[in-house]
Amino acid sequence: MLKLFSAFLSGVLFGTGMIISEMINPDKVIGFLDITRQWDPSLAFVILGALLVFASCYHFLIKQRNYSLSGDKITWSNQTKVDRQLIIGAILFGLGWGLVGLCPGPALTTIGSGSLPLLYFITSMSIGMLLADKVFKKNHSI
Amino acid sequence: MENFTPWSSLLGGALLGCSAVILLLFAGKVAGISGIFSGILQPRKNDLLWRLLFIGGMVLSFFIFSPELTSPVSISGASSLYIIAGLLVGLGTRLGNGCTSGHGIIGIARISTRSILATCLFISTAMIVVLLK
Repeated sequence: MLKLFSAFLSGVLFGTGMIISEMINPDKVIGFLDITRQWDPSLAFVILGALLVFASCYHFLIKQRNYSLSGDKITWSNQTKVDRQLIIGAILFGLGWGLVGLCPGPALTTIGSGSLPLLYFITSMSIGMLLADKVFKKNHSI
Repeated sequence: MENFTPWSSLLGGALLGCSAVILLLFAGKVAGISGIFSGILQPRKNDLLWRLLFIGGMVLSFFIFSPELTSPVSISGASSLYIIAGLLVGLGTRLGNGCTSGHGIIGIARISTRSILATCLFISTAMIVVLLK
């Protein structure tokens, strides 16, 4: 129960954070990515705000734990090395992100707007994810 | 920098940080949106419900806090562009094992070389795309 409730609460907070910071608005994201015109550093401040909270809590409260308060093991990615897959993946993601200013969090949060281009985006993102996991990826762990 | 909103950005970011702390401390899961969502597409036993609740909470927050539901965000343009962008984002986040949240927040906080490199790469790539567009 604790695990499920915290997942729900965490989701609500995550969505709220993106709404308050306007990261659900692709124009705001493009404003950060567009360094040549009127640069809007807001996105960097979103990451800064998140890091201030998460990094301090992580290093003081979480790092030394193996298990969460619900009893589930704390699961990290088992990958530590920089490899070609990471580099290619990050570049492909950057290409898609730059094209329309949408990344997975804002896209899923605004699904309730019923915007058709957004639905196209989420559908093809899902196909891309399945393709990567089932076809292209050597290591199948999440 | 007339569009710059430092305070609401910091506040919103702090909420993202709180969200990630809660999910990790109470549920033992990393708040990486691409990872959470892709696990719904390929469900495993006893690993689906928390993901649905997290994404459901995100979707619900939009209805709670965004009153103008008709056109709250400016998502417009050619459909083909969104299809191509979605495919790239889906492929890229799974091959690279993370997106803005997993690498940009959690990975950087843990001082992970992979995440720092990935974040620099996807931000600079996206900046170049916007520059050339």
